[in-house]
Amino acid sequence: MSGGVDSSVVAGLMAEAGHEVIGATLQLYDHGAATSRKGACCAGQDILDARRVADRLGIAHYVLDRENRFRDAVMRDFADSYARGETPIPCVRCNQTVKFTDLVDLARDLGCEALATGHYARRIDTPEGPALLRAADPVRDQSYFLFATTREQLAFTRFPLGEMPDKAAVRAVAARLGLGVAEKPDSQDICFVPQGSYADVVAKLRPDAAAPGEIVDAEGRVRGTHKGIAHYTVGQGRGLGIAVADGEERLYVAAVDAPRRRITVAPRTALPVTDARAGEANWLVTPPAAPVRAQIKLRAREVPQPATIAWDAAAGEIAIALDAPGIVAPGQAAVIYDGDRVLGGGFLRARLARAA
Amino acid sequence: MSYLDANATEPLRPEARAAAIAALDLAGNPSSVHAEGRAARRVLEAAREAIARRFGPGAVVFTAGGTEANALAIRGLAAGRRVLVGATEHPAVLAAATGGVTLPVDGRGIIALEALEAALLEGPALVCLMAANNETGVLHPIAEAAALCRDAGALLHVDAVQAAGRVTLPEAGDSLALSGHKLGGPKGAGALLLRGGLEPAPLIAGGGQERGRRGGTEPLPAIAGMAAAAEAPMPDLAPLRDALEARLRIIAPEIVIAGDGAPRLPNTSCIALPGAAAETQVIALDLAGVRVSAGAACSSGKVARSHVLAAMGWGELAGCAIRVSLPWNATAEDVERFVEAWAAMRARLSRRAA
Repeated sequence: MSGGVDSSVVAGLMAEAGHEVIGATLQLYDHGAATSRKGACCAGQDILDARRVADRLGIAHYVLDRENRFRDAVMRDFADSYARGETPIPCVRCNQTVKFTDLVDLARDLGCEALATGHYARRIDTPEGPALLRAADPVRDQSYFLFATTREQLAFTRFPLGEMPDKAAVRAVAARLGLGVAEKPDSQDICFVPQGSYADVVAKLRPDAAAPGEIVDAEGRVRGTHKGIAHYTVGQGRGLGIAVADGEERLYVAAVDAPRRRITVAPRTALPVTDARAGEANWLVTPPAAPVRAQIKLRAREVPQPATIAWDAAAGEIAIALDAPGIVAPGQAAVIYDGDRVLGGGFLRARLARAA
Repeated sequence: MSYLDANATEPLRPEARAAAIAALDLAGNPSSVHAEGRAARRVLEAAREAIARRFGPGAVVFTAGGTEANALAIRGLAAGRRVLVGATEHPAVLAAATGGVTLPVDGRGIIALEALEAALLEGPALVCLMAANNETGVLHPIAEAAALCRDAGALLHVDAVQAAGRVTLPEAGDSLALSGHKLGGPKGAGALLLRGGLEPAPLIAGGGQERGRRGGTEPLPAIAGMAAAAEAPMPDLAPLRDALEARLRIIAPEIVIAGDGAPRLPNTSCIALPGAAAETQVIALDLAGVRVSAGAACSSGKVARSHVLAAMGWGELAGCAIRVSLPWNATAEDVERFVEAWAAMRARLSRRAA
């Protein structure tokens, strides 16, 4: 229970269905420190909202201190990923560790029969086990962020919002249940960067990722100075501060070379590629023995693109051949779909430097 | 339901409830000149005498609670003195003793007297020591510490919030902090007992109440309840607590009890189950109808790592300890319910770990 409307409605629906519901709120970072408000409580308003919802529903509610775990498994990973020249996706890491590993463990320790979350995704049972599907509401669908959930974790999990037609329907349930959070605005961006810049957080944990370096073009000419690789992601066109000559195409980040602390830029047309590889794979189906046709989603705000997928079991990597070239940002998730169903996914790897 | 979290707050004692309710009907302000004011003043002064009789001798300053009593003593007496605090003191003391020097404790949680003695050589000091620790129940040698302080010309402030009403307090120390609800009174009153004519600078100035030591109209119902609770007989909880620990040791020889072998409050047991997160234990027991705690609870309700057990050198095990604290009205059935719930919890956790 984050204190937001989604997980509040989930708690309400489960209680209404007659289950014995235990509310759990994760304290992931020191809210007072994150917002730099001197003397502010370690708990933010969201935790108090969650407690109020639980009180309203008459369910038990616990605040779980996961500050250390979150710092190690999510924030540090976030900073390390930037320092490697990648663009991390912390929500996937959080789901993978703090939420679906630790919370499932706690729920089992307490003798619970299931973990219900406010994610927009569907989980259905098939003869081969549970399947993860996109949410009914394509705008809210969060299945991309859940690809790393293991099949065992998925079997224990319920997504009561998966069939909701839209957010308005969820807010309507919150209002019907008398939950004060019905009109609460959606949370934005990265939860542990409530204000200010994510790059400041990275700089604190990995100063090396905030050290300036050269911006070079494909010909190796120095085109400017960057303010630390943590500020850049592949495909980014803004904030480069490069003067473009008359008639020259605008330049975009084509690659981030962490060891040399160097950003390579190129015209937009030079960015898309057709081949990519994804590691740390998680399969929600039996991994395919031969290349298969599927759709693949390479960033959160993108529709899945047709591709051919091959499982390189020896390397533990997924080889992706896109039908149409796309922009690949290392560190982001590559999630494989068969229609609505999530088959698996991995984290995009940096491409080997192209032979000059 | 079994309530075994007395060190957080004691259940209200019936005599305290009766006194508080009677005081609610007193219309007068204790500072007023007229008959109603004088009637309220009589109840206030009777309460003051009762507290002094029980925990004195000394002048009693009523406060809003134990935290304020500690803060008044430390902030009000520290001028011109170095503040020396025990490593396992309550956050109320640690927060008031800003810039203080920390005195270590041994593995049992007892203050290292030789460290105190050495620190006292370095000039005028105000020493802050708790009579009993809130998490482990471990008792500090207050009389010995007081003798060292006297010899060195230092002041000793004793946080007696947990010890008062549970063990006989040594007649030592220059000031003593008390909390009403930890005695079984209502929440909202505490007291600072001052010996030897000490006059701490007030934290809250105002209408001259409490002889100018603490401004604000006294919360008479809470104070009357506190005094009534202070006069109640001390329960004999050691047999129940010892039986509880003996039962657990038979069920689970792997448990570790904090301050084992040290003198402790008779109602407190801090029990570590290796490998089991304290948070999980507290939640599991709560769901089974048994109320215990772990570490120091933040106002958000999250369970924070115990600085007390860390100071005792516990390392990882500090995260596996729960505090069971028997209230004045604990029964053998409460202990039985706890032992059953704890054993069931342990069985489930070890099945899961297997």
